[in-house]
Parts: sequence; C-alpha cells; structure tokens
Amino acid sequence: MSQRTDAPSSAPQLFSSRRRLHLSPRYSRVASLASTVVVLGLFVAATFFAPGGVQFRHFFFDPHQMWASLLGNNRGLASVGKGIWTNIWMFCLCEVLVLILGLLLAWVRITTSAILAPLRMLATVYTDVFRGIPILLVFIIVGFGLSELNIGWISQQNPPFYGCMAITITYTAYVAEVYRAGLHSVPNGQILAARSLGLSEATTMRRVILPQAIRTVIPPLLNDFISMQKDTALVSILGITEAVQSAQINAAQSFNDSGLVVAALLFLCMTIPLTRFTDGLIDRDRARRLVAAR
Amino acid sequence: MNVLTLDGVVKRFGSLEVLKGVSLTLDRHDVVCLIGASGSGKSTLLRCANLLESIGGGDIALFGQSLLDPRIDPDLVRRNIAMVFQSFNLFPHLNVVQNVMLGPVYALKRPAEEVRSEAMLLLERIGLRDRAEEYPDRLSGGQQQRVAIVRSLAMQPSLLLLDEVTSALDPTLVGEVLDLLRELAAEGTTMLLATHEMGFARDVATKVVFLDQGVIVEQGSPSHMFDTPTQAATQAFLARVRPN
Repeated sequence: MSQRTDAPSSAPQLFSSRRRLHLSPRYSRVASLASTVVVLGLFVAATFFAPGGVQFRHFFFDPHQMWASLLGNNRGLASVGKGIWTNIWMFCLCEVLVLILGLLLAWVRITTSAILAPLRMLATVYTDVFRGIPILLVFIIVGFGLSELNIGWISQQNPPFYGCMAITITYTAYVAEVYRAGLHSVPNGQILAARSLGLSEATTMRRVILPQAIRTVIPPLLNDFISMQKDTALVSILGITEAVQSAQINAAQSFNDSGLVVAALLFLCMTIPLTRFTDGLIDRDRARRLVAAR
Repeated sequence: MNVLTLDGVVKRFGSLEVLKGVSLTLDRHDVVCLIGASGSGKSTLLRCANLLESIGGGDIALFGQSLLDPRIDPDLVRRNIAMVFQSFNLFPHLNVVQNVMLGPVYALKRPAEEVRSEAMLLLERIGLRDRAEEYPDRLSGGQQQRVAIVRSLAMQPSLLLLDEVTSALDPTLVGEVLDLLRELAAEGTTMLLATHEMGFARDVATKVVFLDQGVIVEQGSPSHMFDTPTQAATQAFLARVRPN
C-alpha cells in the first residue's frame, strides 16, 4: 500500500523571505536608465582617475587626432573614413558570392545522386580544410601564393581581388554547413509529400525544401556575416589600405592610436545594425513558432 | 484492366523482412482496405506501390506496365498515383490553395490560372473555399487532412493511396474526413487504404485485406472478413480491435 498524504490542515506557506522588489513599469524604466548611467559613468571615471588615465585618453581618445584620422590630411595621414569603404564594398561583394557558392556546396553535399559522388567527396574535403585553416593563413596563401605561381590570368590580379577571394573561400565553407543544417531540418514527410505529387528532386528542392530551410538559416547566416564584416579588416596584410590599415599608418605617423578607435567605431556602425536586425528576426521567428506550438 | 497489380512483393529493411511476398490486385473503382496491427507492413506496402520505397523482390505493375522496368520514370508513376499521409504533410510555407496547386503547376506544368480555378472548386467542395488564402497552421487537423486529400485529387490520379489518414486526428474530427472518403468511393475513385477504421472498411470497401507480419493472411468481401473470417489470426485480430 502506498502511503497517502492527507490534505494540509492549514494553508501552505506562500511568502518567501527573499521577496523580490516589484517595480511599476514606469518606475522600472527610470531604474534601468539610472543603472545604465551609473555603469557607463564608472567606465568613463576609470579612464579619468586611473593612474595612467591621462596618457590613455591622449593616446586613444584625442578628439583632434580622431577627427584628423577620420578625414586624413595632406601631411601624410590616411583617411580611415575613406578606408572603411574598402571594407564595405568587399563585404557586400563577398556576401553575395558566399550566399550563392555556399548554397551550391551544401546542395552538392546533400544530394544522393551517384554521378555526383566525386563532387560530394571534394565538397566534404573543401569544408573540412577551409573551416580548419585560420583565415589569416588563407589570406597569405591566396594573396602571395597565387601571384607567385604564375599561372596566367589568376596570377595577375590585384590584392583586393585576392582578399575577396580568400574571404569568399573561407566563408563559403562555413555558410555551406549552415545551409546544410537548414536543409536537413526540413522534415522528411515534406519530401515524401512533394515526391508523391510527382515533383522531381530538383523541383522538390526549389519549391518545398529550400523555402522552408532558408527561414531556419537566416539568423545563423547573418551571424556569420557579422563576423565576415570584421574579417575584412584582415585584408590589410595584403597591403590594402582599408580602415584598420589606414589607422595603423596614422598611428605610426603621429604616435597616437586614436585612429584605431575611429576604425573600431566605424566597424560598430556597420555591425550593430546587422546585429539588431538579426536579433529582431530571431525574436520574430520565436514568436511565430511559439504560436504554432500552442 | 487491373489498375495496380502487386505480385509477390518483398521488402527488406536490412535483415528485417517487412513484406514477405505480397500479391494483390486492384480493378478500376475498387476500394481496398488493408487492415492489420501496427508493424504488419501496411504503410510499407503503400510506399512501395508508388515507388517511394524500392522493393527487394516480386513485381509491381500499373495498368499492366511493370514499374521495375528501368525505363520507367518514377515521377511519371507518382503523377498517376496520389498519396495521402497520416500526418497530412501539408507544406507550411504555402497557403491552402497554393498547397493544392503545387503538383499540377510544377509537376504537370499546367497554367496557374486554370489550376487555381480547379483548386478553388475542390476547396469549395470540402467547404474551405473561404480559407484558401490561410496557412495550414491555422486549420484544424480534420481540415488539414481534407486539404491534403484534395491536394492529391488535384493531380487527377488514377489511384489514391491513403495511409491511416484518420489516425492522427482527434476523434471528433475523424468523421469529416471519412465522409469525404465515402463520397470519393461513391464516385468510383480507385483507392487503396491502410486503416484502423473497421466500420468504414465494412461500409465502403469492395475488398478487405488482412496483413499480418508482412503476409496477406486472408482477403475477401467485407461481409466475409468481418462476419465469417476463416483464419485464426484474422479472428484474433478482429476480436482485439472490436471488443464485445
């Protein structure tokens, strides 16, 4: 016989000694603003009152140097503001290339066609290799290696071409895996339903699997693109004067690193909107799925 | 002419033999109900019939043409054999009318406008014309399954395969789906169903087939199968699904 617990004779204890502070919506907004100001204020105060605060502000946050670095001048300062455009156009170009090539690579990896078996193996090796090599080494191998090889057209390109090529090669490997996970996330029943309607494998992919997979992979794809935006800074090792390279030139010229802070701020201007957009998409997708799960 | 002929069909998953030489014929306007416990091979048999599964032995013929012939295009076979699934499998990214139109437009390459008006007529028939622009998530299970049936009808198939289409439904929603199937049977649609709905099988089937562990134990008219089954296994199965 299992033991039966009787109903308690008195009401259960519902009050905790660790009572949480409950704030009205208006008061909680004031409270969050206040705590933000205090935390930020502490950071700023640290740069003022630290023993090396004066030097720190002079080397990194000299307004005059920041302004000069942003615009550049005819006394040898490079313009970080002009340099960032190199990062932007490289990013935009590579993004398009990676989206297309990544999808092709993912598609090759998930097809079951016997004819494509060698391609499938190559694709697997490709993703293994280029996800495993640090992107800096890919820049060096592509940027200096290819021109060294002397094999015609491909060896006669300029550094920005090789920079874009290295970024595209590396990120295609990452993005292909994101796509592949998305394609595999579509339930098998969807494929059975499509094929039983007499749709070919290619039409099933285009009309049924891809539209569902794309929805799933948009947040992780954007995540990779945010990281790609930043990695465009690495093309500086090929001697391309983009934002970071310009800032370094200025630092060497004027013994002041404020230009690097300008470059950092410009990168933030680029990545933060994309980050917020990604977060918004994730929230929207969550809301949609939670409604569906009712 | 037989619409579908299965001749000694064998299907193995690894070392497990799921179908052990199943033979069955369907004539035009036949409604054949496959009954049997879960795991008896009903669903596998249906999937083999439209080549979603390859078979390990025997032969399948559609209108007298062997589907094992290497020159056969499976996509063309499936355009003639429609299938409805237990879990509906509607396409969640397409609205109701787009679900119905997908096959005719992208498999048969028919003009979208023409297909759309046919699809709307089919939806009108199941009383869902005013839900045509909604997404499947917003429909009840019974409505989703009726849309799935209509989606397969839009292909104007010569044979309809139905795999336990009411098993995933709330008991209160089973009736609306079975009523639609009754209508289709009355119109002479050729159907092969795996089902647990014995009352439905008795009313509608032209032939009832009892499958047990990948073997057809007994087949015959509904009155034979439900009133005077001769095999012990059939009697035992029916006693289990129809207690009293």
